[in-house]
Amino acid sequence: MNILVCIKQVPDTKDVRLDPETNTLARSGVESIMNPFDRHALEEGVRLREEHGGRVTALSMGPPQAEEVLREAISCGADDGVLVSDRAFAGADTWATSYTLARTIETIEAENGEKFHLVLCGKQAIDGDTAQVGPGVAGRLNLPYVTCVQKIRQSTDSSLQVERMMDDGYDVVALPLPALLTVVKDINEPRVPSLKGKMRARKADIRVMSAADVQADSACIGLAGSPTRVVDVFAPQPRGERTIFAGTLEEQVEQLVERLESYL
Amino acid sequence: MDYFLSEEQQMIVDIARQITDEKIIPVRAELDEKNEFATSIMQDIAKADLFGLFVPEEYGGFGGGCFEIALALEQLARGCVGVATSYAASALGIFPVLFSGSKEMKEKYLPDIATGSRWAAFGLTEAGAGSDAGGIKTTAVLDGDEWVLNGTKQWITNGGESQIYTIVALTDPTKGARGASIFVVEDGDPGFSYGKKEDKMGIRSSATRELILKDCRIPADRIVGRKGTGFITVMKTLDVSRPGIASLGLGLGQAALDEAVPYAKQRIQFGKPIISFQAVQHMLADMAMQLEAARALVYAAAKHIDAHPKKMSKASSMCKVFATDMAMKVTTDAVQVLGGYGYMKEYPVEKMMRDAKILQIYEGTNQIQRNVIGQELNKEYS
Repeated sequence: MNILVCIKQVPDTKDVRLDPETNTLARSGVESIMNPFDRHALEEGVRLREEHGGRVTALSMGPPQAEEVLREAISCGADDGVLVSDRAFAGADTWATSYTLARTIETIEAENGEKFHLVLCGKQAIDGDTAQVGPGVAGRLNLPYVTCVQKIRQSTDSSLQVERMMDDGYDVVALPLPALLTVVKDINEPRVPSLKGKMRARKADIRVMSAADVQADSACIGLAGSPTRVVDVFAPQPRGERTIFAGTLEEQVEQLVERLESYL
Repeated sequence: MDYFLSEEQQMIVDIARQITDEKIIPVRAELDEKNEFATSIMQDIAKADLFGLFVPEEYGGFGGGCFEIALALEQLARGCVGVATSYAASALGIFPVLFSGSKEMKEKYLPDIATGSRWAAFGLTEAGAGSDAGGIKTTAVLDGDEWVLNGTKQWITNGGESQIYTIVALTDPTKGARGASIFVVEDGDPGFSYGKKEDKMGIRSSATRELILKDCRIPADRIVGRKGTGFITVMKTLDVSRPGIASLGLGLGQAALDEAVPYAKQRIQFGKPIISFQAVQHMLADMAMQLEAARALVYAAAKHIDAHPKKMSKASSMCKVFATDMAMKVTTDAVQVLGGYGYMKEYPVEKMMRDAKILQIYEGTNQIQRNVIGQELNKEYS
């Protein structure tokens, strides 16, 4: 099973504050780490490879410094790392980021002559907190996807059965491969880097790809390709009461229609 | 202080530290309370390749020595001495094979030890033979193409959890210590069973059990090295493993200091943080000094041993005594600095003080170690 894991290098946001003017994080002087959710995605990829054989490739879009998290990924079991990096990517929002990552994945797949069986992402990055890039990449690659996966129940080379975490329980979802998953922390306990892994990581050749290497359209990348602007950041209020309808499907639909009509 | 570690040595420290921070510290209090062996942490240590640190590369290991083991143990002990002891005891258990085993025996056991898929344990001590190790009564008699072992080993670390046991037994009881040999007994061998798990003051996540050999039959090729050379292998095994025990003291002392100083900075009495009182400051200064002196001695002894010198017993014994006496003092002082809070199980230092005591006792009591040092000095100045 050939697996691609998307990894982001982020500031360690335990110590960070919001810049009130730009509504983004004040990043100076803060240590950089692998996004914690991505660590769980990587661990899941390594476990699937241990079960099915194949390769795990770690991919990151970032400045040259992001090479560190790719080496860390190799020390934790990834077979190789790819950094897609270019000055032109700076200022990218999730729209431009998912474009860039998707283009990179397509380029690598064309070189390999085959698609990845599975693309794994963490649920969200702890700096942006949008949770949009995973679904964005899936959309651009036309891959079926499930977010907030807390467990992979079954896996074969051509299909998966997963549990999707919900507010009050979980759904069981079956999907064919190739596919994309975003994962939550409950999915596994990541291993500590191994000594052999660290030694491999130190010697590893991290491939760096530029905008030209992935044939990126300059209008779609970086600040130029970023339509979104952060207007406000706030914690949403907890949702109100919810109802679960019971009965046959027809009965449930009737009850739902009644309820919706009452709101009009 | 900077000890100028190589890149690979630093990797070992970083990995062991990460295991301590992420896997050990969150569960150590619970393991201690429940007297529970840390199976999953041992598996994490195995996956991190740390079991293979001292195994030669040709058998799948990293090919490191005493110093590399000491670095790993120091970090693991900062988390929990019980967990670190379980890991150390596996090394101790396989050292006889590493030092005196035949090529076939090494090929049979070392690869699994290197991957951490099987663990070892060392069976020397008996009810009547602790410091007086020569007083063992377990016997091994050759019957056809099998050795038959009879006897009981006491207080064996990893007893019941490990799969590979190196047992010291008398092949010729008339010769005393010169009639001893070492055998590999495996979990599942006929006539080999375990006693109950001991309920200890400290290192409670380390499993300590009796090993019972009742007409235990093992193939003839399970003897480690030549018949009668058992105690020569035992002495070498203990010489090489003592810096590891000393490292447990380093990690424990560091953990205690790491609790005491922050506490003293934030505990306000008489309108000031107690660290501003000289009585407390002097205690902390003495703790830090003794810890750093112990570290320098342990590292020096470990490196000395790795250079395969003719004599290593004095250095080995010195570092064990110094670092373990230091750990007992520093952990006790840490409880004192934390005062009433230090005495409560909610805070980690009382466990550290309980864990420290065994370090002065096992692997040769600190009294026996002083005997060794005294005897070496006597020989040196002849």
